Amino acid sequence: MDAAQLPGFGMVTAKLTIDVARAREVAASVVDPEIPVLSIDDLGILRDVQVENDQVVVTITPTYSGCPAMRQIESDISLALESAGFDRVEVRMVMSPAWTSDWISPEGHSKLAAFGIAPPVPIDDVLCPSCAATSPRLVATFGSTACKALMVCSVCGEPFDYFKEF
Amino acid sequence: MSGSHLSASPPGSPSPEDGITVAALLAHADDNLVLAQRLGDWISNAPELEEDIALGNIALDHLGVARALYTHAGAIEGSGRTEDDLAMRRSERDFMNVLLVEQPNGDFAHTMVRAFFFDAYQVELWADLVDSADRTLAGIAERALKEARYHLRHSSSWVIRIGDGTEESHRRAQEAVDALWRYTTELFEGEPGYQVGWQRLISDVLDDARLSIPEDPYQRSGGRRGFHSEHLGHLLAEMQWMQRSYPGLEW
Repeated sequence: MDAAQLPGFGMVTAKLTIDVARAREVAASVVDPEIPVLSIDDLGILRDVQVENDQVVVTITPTYSGCPAMRQIESDISLALESAGFDRVEVRMVMSPAWTSDWISPEGHSKLAAFGIAPPVPIDDVLCPSCAATSPRLVATFGSTACKALMVCSVCGEPFDYFKEF
Repeated sequence: MSGSHLSASPPGSPSPEDGITVAALLAHADDNLVLAQRLGDWISNAPELEEDIALGNIALDHLGVARALYTHAGAIEGSGRTEDDLAMRRSERDFMNVLLVEQPNGDFAHTMVRAFFFDAYQVELWADLVDSADRTLAGIAERALKEARYHLRHSSSWVIRIGDGTEESHRRAQEAVDALWRYTTELFEGEPGYQVGWQRLISDVLDDARLSIPEDPYQRSGGRRGFHSEHLGHLLAEMQWMQRSYPGLEW
């Protein structure tokens, strides 16, 4: 339904010019519920923020097919925008092109490492996030979430998550 | 491109009139949903903690693929059926999954051999569908292909470990191959183009695992036409009872 058709809405239609840049900023600040140091912008899943028919349309691309955080992220985006004053929000999921860990920003890489998760580099180049030693041992190809594997440092002995290059 | 009735990739965008495409999407979605449900049974029962987590993650990947395919099928079909309608309100005869995925978990060797045969098939399938003219399907396939390769690496390593392990683990792995082999030809029903690649993917692993393919040529099929083994009805009863008893219930 067009906002202008809603009762009492006609008088404010002039104020409905939506600040897209601000909406983008708000959407980009939403964090991954599993890895709260990363915003969805760092992760590369935030693809687009636009205004269509007086409505903010946020487009995201899921990481893994079965990532249970996606639904949470969807509702977090709507909530964040609504509490920032954007009343009409739609979150769209776009499958193509498929997400790849290459879309994680360089800043995202540093944030992951600081958080104790080895960022998605080729598995032979993984460094221990605690002591920066090379050649950690792969313990399990599946870790605490779909996007991670479990490794252990062969120098300091610290077990850590590795964000899989995918 | 296999050009078969199940490849779901006709030239141009799929249209609502194209029942074949919807059926193919549903068949692939059903495969993934049913296997996800089976694998979920291992959670808290796997032989080790890491494997428990791995099987849970793999099940979630399959579930995610199924959800994306159901949603897409519902959109093309244009009848307003959602992913939940398609997963939870179709009966056994409407499910078009292959018989392989509905087979019981059995012991860990059965679960891994079943996954291994299926993962290799999924690698072939998604590698084909990434070139689909249907861009949404191509995106789903691109995602699923990476995951299927990762799953195949996992199941292959277990098949080798169990097959080339102790006397008992070898015996159990061979029993699993003997029991499940009869469900493999069905994977290529209508998609014969995938069989050669599949064979290539599995043969080295079976060799390394010291496992042999049964000589008995007997093969079963019917799943793609809705004729299932006795196991699917029980699985669906457990999976669907909440929506059947309380239609439209939301979590």
